[in-house]
Amino acid sequence: MNNHILLPKGSLEKQTTTLNLGPTHPATHGVFQNILELDGEKILKATSTVGYIHRAFEKIAERRPLYQITPLTDRLNYCSSPINNMGWHIACERLLKITLPKRVDYLRVIIMELARISDHLICNSIVGVDSGAYSGFLYLMQYRELIYEIYEEVCGARLTTNIGRIGGFERNFTDTAFQKLEKFLEEYPKQLKEFENLFTRNRIFMERTIGCGPISAERALNYGFTGPNLRAAGVDYDVRVHTPYSSYQDFDFTIPVGTTGDCYDRFLVRNEEMWQSLSLIKQAYQKVQEFKGAEAEVFHADTPAYYLPPKQDVYTKMEEMIYHFKIVMGEIDMPVGEVYSPVEGANGELGFYLISDGSRTPYRLHFRRPCFIYYQAYPELIKNGMLSDAIITMSSLNLIAGELDA
Amino acid sequence: MALTNETVKQALVEKFGEALTGWDEPYGMLTFAAPKEMNLKVLQFLFDDESLKFRFLTDLQAVHFPNNPGAELAVVYHLHNLQDNIRLRFKVFTSVNNPEVFSATALYQSANWMERETYDFFGVQFVGHPNLIRILNVDEMDYFPLRKEYPVEEQSRVDKDDEMFGRVHAKNVKNNE
Repeated sequence: MNNHILLPKGSLEKQTTTLNLGPTHPATHGVFQNILELDGEKILKATSTVGYIHRAFEKIAERRPLYQITPLTDRLNYCSSPINNMGWHIACERLLKITLPKRVDYLRVIIMELARISDHLICNSIVGVDSGAYSGFLYLMQYRELIYEIYEEVCGARLTTNIGRIGGFERNFTDTAFQKLEKFLEEYPKQLKEFENLFTRNRIFMERTIGCGPISAERALNYGFTGPNLRAAGVDYDVRVHTPYSSYQDFDFTIPVGTTGDCYDRFLVRNEEMWQSLSLIKQAYQKVQEFKGAEAEVFHADTPAYYLPPKQDVYTKMEEMIYHFKIVMGEIDMPVGEVYSPVEGANGELGFYLISDGSRTPYRLHFRRPCFIYYQAYPELIKNGMLSDAIITMSSLNLIAGELDA
Repeated sequence: MALTNETVKQALVEKFGEALTGWDEPYGMLTFAAPKEMNLKVLQFLFDDESLKFRFLTDLQAVHFPNNPGAELAVVYHLHNLQDNIRLRFKVFTSVNNPEVFSATALYQSANWMERETYDFFGVQFVGHPNLIRILNVDEMDYFPLRKEYPVEEQSRVDKDDEMFGRVHAKNVKNNE
């Protein structure tokens, strides 16, 4: 009987179905493989395989001067690259003991919170798409375009931004940038409200997500959850509050927490964080506007050894030319030291562990990627659930392949 | 009483005495080293002690120091006490020939993949790990790529040596050869 078909041993007697979800599957939004053991549609066991887009950033970084590592960080969580860029600059500034002018801090807060919104907006609208509601995605996606236009105005790039420099920004924000920011602040809240109206009390959406992929606070902590996923489980840990950076202590904001850690709570926490981010941007923008005269022109710290001088000075002034050469050739020796610098990335605590042995490149650089750490819990989250719940759980964890694999 | 680096250090010295070495506070983070046989005892003590409560494993990775004979590999733990909001860093050195360190997976679920990653890149053998296999690299790989003997640059390039990147000690080693 069917001798020409070679089946793995025991596959005819087996009562369960083995299903490969991924590596490339339209519903996983990235390159991950999960080998599921299914009983009907119920998941009995899941085995995750990661590493399909591993690019050896940590190794490459050992041979790159600090400023050349920024483009590598772009490609971690590419939905919110500015946070990675800023996080990296902040790690460098901690190592080099550079203090920034307040205006730079506030400008950074604006960019980082815009990035957080653009990340949460994608995540939440994708949760909608995976539960069968496409329109919310289309409504919100237009507003990511507005955010990307602001990035473009500030740094010239959109997705992999390479925004900012060690010590500040590459140029001051233009008036157009602020106009675009105002436009965004004006229009986005209405759209977000409409998005919430569509989803938050939507019967179908609630039944689809409540109780789907839950995790208790204790398990979440043990699994190393951070960011919105941890807060949805009820732990109010936020790096912006616990280890303030970039003058977050000057701002007034609340940290939303959930209770059950299921998809619905994660959705609500992200939505509320978007409102908090909007408020943070408004506060930061107000603070930025309070700088007048020469202070309003400050967009970087005075660190000639790490911040490129203006190009016209390079051709006319000796010192500027020397620094320009040294920076571009990567000839600046860093102080010896080791620093762990965390920032609140869009999906958790993004840490940079940087060891310098006094040379021009990091001796060792390790990225603490929140995705990589909390994705371990995925098999536990989807166990005994339905296959379609596994898809929603994955998208509501905000899993980004670039960050997972570094 | 809020915890400070001093009180944490005091509690650890009281418990482990002379065994813990290398006390330092680079950039404000309490750092120390422990003998590799004791890593679980230290982690467990930091976890269980009612006043310390370092119950969140922020990060776990390794560093390779080829010029440090007998202790080439350092496994670095970053722990966080979320209640008192204090972090510490704790290192375990092991030789590259016998890179066996006890696994922290029984204490922290999160250590599972972090240890697999550390094994994958540095070859640290975590004793007691439930599934110590490669995670980001291909299974067929037969070396540990983040060790310093594997250069990033293409080997036909002679200009991009350690000296170019300002590593003086590396230069000295080369001159001696």
